[in-house]
Amino acid sequence: MKIGVYVCHCGGNISEVVNIKEVMAYAEKQGDVVMVKEHAHVCSDVGRNMLIDDIKAQGLDKVVVAACSPQFHGKTFMGTVDKAGLNPYVMEMANIREQCSWPHYGMPKQATEKAKDIVRIAIAKARLDEPLAKKTSPIGKRVLVVGAGIAGIQAALDLGDAGFKVYLVEKEASIGGKMVQLSRTFPTEDCAACILSPKMADVPANTNIELMTHAEILEVKGYLGNYDVTVLKKPKYVDAGKCTACNDCTDVCPVVVPNEHDEGLTSRKAIYIPNPIAVPHSYILDDKSCLGLFPLACTKCYDVCEPGAINYDEKPETVNFTVDTIIVATGYDIFDARDKKVYNFGTTENIITALDMERMIVHEAEGSPIRNVGKRVAFIQCVGSRDEQVGNEYCSRICCMYATKLSQLLKRADPKRDVYVFYTDLRAYGKGFEEYYKRAANTGVKYIRGRVAELYEDPKTKKVLLKAEDTLSRQIIESEFDLVVLSVGMLPSEGTKKIAEQLHLIKSAGGFLQEAHPKFRPVDTLADGIFICGCAQGPKDIPDTVAQASAAASRAIRLMNKGEYEVEPITATVDEDLCCGCGTCVSVCPYDAIKTEYRADKRVAKVNEILCQGCGSCSAACPSGASQQHWFRTVQLRAMVSAALGEEES
Amino acid sequence: MKNNSDPKIIAFCCNWCSYAGADAAGTARLQVKPYFRVIRTMCSSRIDPELILESFKKGAWGVLVAGCHPGDCHYVSGNYKTQRRVALLKNLLKELGIEPKRVRLEWISANEGGKFQKVVNEFVDEITALGPLNLDG
Repeated sequence: MKIGVYVCHCGGNISEVVNIKEVMAYAEKQGDVVMVKEHAHVCSDVGRNMLIDDIKAQGLDKVVVAACSPQFHGKTFMGTVDKAGLNPYVMEMANIREQCSWPHYGMPKQATEKAKDIVRIAIAKARLDEPLAKKTSPIGKRVLVVGAGIAGIQAALDLGDAGFKVYLVEKEASIGGKMVQLSRTFPTEDCAACILSPKMADVPANTNIELMTHAEILEVKGYLGNYDVTVLKKPKYVDAGKCTACNDCTDVCPVVVPNEHDEGLTSRKAIYIPNPIAVPHSYILDDKSCLGLFPLACTKCYDVCEPGAINYDEKPETVNFTVDTIIVATGYDIFDARDKKVYNFGTTENIITALDMERMIVHEAEGSPIRNVGKRVAFIQCVGSRDEQVGNEYCSRICCMYATKLSQLLKRADPKRDVYVFYTDLRAYGKGFEEYYKRAANTGVKYIRGRVAELYEDPKTKKVLLKAEDTLSRQIIESEFDLVVLSVGMLPSEGTKKIAEQLHLIKSAGGFLQEAHPKFRPVDTLADGIFICGCAQGPKDIPDTVAQASAAASRAIRLMNKGEYEVEPITATVDEDLCCGCGTCVSVCPYDAIKTEYRADKRVAKVNEILCQGCGSCSAACPSGASQQHWFRTVQLRAMVSAALGEEES
Repeated sequence: MKNNSDPKIIAFCCNWCSYAGADAAGTARLQVKPYFRVIRTMCSSRIDPELILESFKKGAWGVLVAGCHPGDCHYVSGNYKTQRRVALLKNLLKELGIEPKRVRLEWISANEGGKFQKVVNEFVDEITALGPLNLDG
């Protein structure tokens, strides 16, 4: 056996802490090691070519790369040895960066000792590595897109246009998500509905997209190439095919409830169209507010409906289908401003959220103002963001710019209006944002750096008294406003939480979904075939959301387009001579990948290598040692333990 | 880990959550006491209790087993199996005269670098206080 060891400096990341020469000298003394080399960047072209040349010239049959985490460059170096004609699974990485030089940078001596051990452990494993055959599995062209806000719509359209079958599932009665509620978009001030509605209309027009609204995912089972999805389609009680959208039903409905589309600032009936640009554009009967369906308490809508579109007997329907990949686009919820207690939101009529303001501006532009805005308006930034008191450390990224946009629109409607923005830091990071902010400041919007400490309502005038410190001039500000707008941040949506549980997706610190790699795999998850985009992944604005949605669609296409994909060969295998057919492995397998069957004279376990995902649970449970996980065989793990503890191998 | 006075700890970390959590600690340059050696498996459920006993036999002072949080397991339910196996093993350790707290089970997610640091540093202190394992005694 000939093992080559390559120690990386990582441009100082490793070599400034770990004594490379010492590690090399140590590696040289290990059995089967025939060559030890160092390089400033083993991952560079030069570094990788050095590996390829050595493997070919020296006939190396095992390689250890002591560098970064296998999660960082594992695939890189597997590809490198593959190019040189070696099996990718005889390459081991010794993680002496993330797990050595970085967390022990203050203790170079101990770090160097630890680096030697890490290399020794990797050599011990490499010595026992066996080449693993590449396997492929067929894959179809079917995708589930969860959520039909702008992210889900964009992903579905890209996939549909590329000829892939899309199941687009939305919990609300209409697609469009939060963007439907917005007045205009920053920094260009395009009308949100005007740019969104053509995209929404493209969805039902696309024959590759099967749209399910007012529906929820009940269960997802399976794996890449074979996800079994169960969706509950909830009844709308109106046949969209028959409905002519004449509005007669809404006119006669006696029930009046707050309208969610207007954040409850206006009202709607129990039978209604979700919003003016709703897709599908048909009515829905809200069975929670209707006077009663079982038994029928009122049949006014039914009586007045000429085409007979109303069907009180419609039942929930469960639909089943199979997809190959999944895109999660479940968006965000806005922070509940009542949770920021000092701002008295919810009990004070002149303290509203920015989303309320969006709706007010839309209605005002349409000539039907909901309420008076007043002459003095203050925006309070970072409500529910960058605030550890409410448990949200992250920045919601959109609030600085939407407050700037809203203040511009308010100023333009009435130039004499005083508009203040109380901010923590002004973050104008996007294309055209800084210019937009400067323009707003030039039109007289007053930006004041300082967190607002308290808000009080004057019981007589209902005006709001605001107390804050201007941290630039060090002055205390006490001033009265007609209206105070809370620039509320983003929270992971309830839908995001639910789908994360259903698909076993990992969440990052703020509760948003975690990407596989923050830089190079921003829309992948660690689950093969599941992608994320938009605000489900983290707070972001519309252009970033659309970019991610297209990225997720393209990553999904990349997997499905070839018609087959490579399966990780680190599956379990059973030594039939040792197997006693007890079936312990069958009972611990989460994928039903193992069955027992009769072979000649006895019962033995048999692994379906396509179903097996390679957790190794069966290998740990097997009482006879017959079940072994490739690349993590028991002898390998034992050798690693011995190497870690500096014992001679047993 | 040859220096006899330093504690020797084996940390079995699952690939998806806790190994990534250990990486996250390093990436954030959080300083962790250097007396542990990580062995990566795809899932914590690959860790056979025998492997933990083997670690003690070979001279480990303590063994950390770290997996994904309940509900987050990349392999659906591997961490629950690990939880049951470790619980049973701890009972057995008592019988063998090994302090059960020499084995520690923790859920550490991919972004919890801070938790990885805290867990390892605490565990190092605890194990240092216990001292080396005396299997002959």
